[in-house]
Amino acid sequence: MSAIIAIIRRDLLLAMRRKSEVLTALFFFIIVVSLFPLGIGPETALLRKIAPGILWVAALLATMLGLSRLFAPDHADGTLEQMVLSPTPLGLLITGKIVAHWLTTGLPLVLLAPVLGIQFDLDTGALGILVIALLLGTPLLSLIGAIGAALTLGVRGGGVLLSLLVLPLYVPTLIFGAGAMEAHIAGLGAGGHLSLLAALLALAVFFAPWATTAALRIALE
Amino acid sequence: MLTATGLSCIRGERRLFAGLDLAVGPGEWLHVQGENGAGKTSLLRILASLSPPAEGEIRWCGEPVKALAEDYHRALLFLGHHGAVKEDLTPFENLTLAAQLDGTVLQEESALQALARFGLRGREDLAVRFLSAGQKRRVLLARLAVRKATLWILDEPFTALDVKAVDMLSGLIAEHVASGGMAILTSHQSMPLPNGKVLKI
Repeated sequence: MSAIIAIIRRDLLLAMRRKSEVLTALFFFIIVVSLFPLGIGPETALLRKIAPGILWVAALLATMLGLSRLFAPDHADGTLEQMVLSPTPLGLLITGKIVAHWLTTGLPLVLLAPVLGIQFDLDTGALGILVIALLLGTPLLSLIGAIGAALTLGVRGGGVLLSLLVLPLYVPTLIFGAGAMEAHIAGLGAGGHLSLLAALLALAVFFAPWATTAALRIALE
Repeated sequence: MLTATGLSCIRGERRLFAGLDLAVGPGEWLHVQGENGAGKTSLLRILASLSPPAEGEIRWCGEPVKALAEDYHRALLFLGHHGAVKEDLTPFENLTLAAQLDGTVLQEESALQALARFGLRGREDLAVRFLSAGQKRRVLLARLAVRKATLWILDEPFTALDVKAVDMLSGLIAEHVASGGMAILTSHQSMPLPNGKVLKI
């Protein structure tokens, strides 16, 4: 357990020393989301309708931005080898890295999204659903993304391949995440969509670290 | 005691070595020699269980290392070409975090002592990227002084070190071997240490 906390602390410390990487993804999210209301103009009915899709697509792309750097620096400087040789099981250390990734990229999106949602004339209820859906969805994005990052580790042109590999896997998250808000706006209640998101998250928490570990072992051989 | 029998390694289409046997017991060290590209690093990675051998088996205290996994990792300290040193962290942070990854707690005093021993006093709080190549290497080697491991596998530990640091490291290895430890290392320099065996590949 102390090894997991150590790796989370280390990755947060590294993120603090290299703020630009975290801030790039965050500003990307802010700018992409803000461009739509500026481009479309003050048509509140249309904005309310497209808000869920835009917020979620921007969140997916913002998460993608830093994904190729999830394991690459550790691979380049030999830290990954030391993690494999650690007495702590590799799966636990990888879980720690994924948690740190979510804390630096997912959590800021969750906190910013309601502020950005105001631009789309969303009411408090819809903003609340947005936050809950993102709280369930962004860890899912980090978990799925980690599998892709591990599979493309050390591959030339891995960045593009990573997008092609991971974005299709993000589709269920996008559908249920955006669907929760749309259902709420339409007055149908978001419970079903949120339950499905939570179920996906529970599945991913079990299987994603395992799949990531297997992919990393192959990459290191 | 580490024994390996009938090891062979294939990289791409090329067979680097085949039918390699070796044994290192307590209080012994093994000097792996060979030309560039002979497969020294590949051999050390196989011995550290980082990559599987094409043929052959490695045993630690009579048990296959594959079955031992984490118990073997606890006894092993592997330092490869890449230092596993984070450029954005300070030497002190690097050392304590590496120890935590090894599942041990490193006291602040012993960390500072180890860094001082390798001539890094006064640079504990400077990010590693501001240090020279040799100093970076010293940060890495400070781990040898703090980590309690029986078997050291060191790939080119003398690279980029000055004469003083080379002496210091030789002393550290001699001390480790004399106290019943084992070491396997590659180096192009000759090593005047007692109880050494030479393996040419």
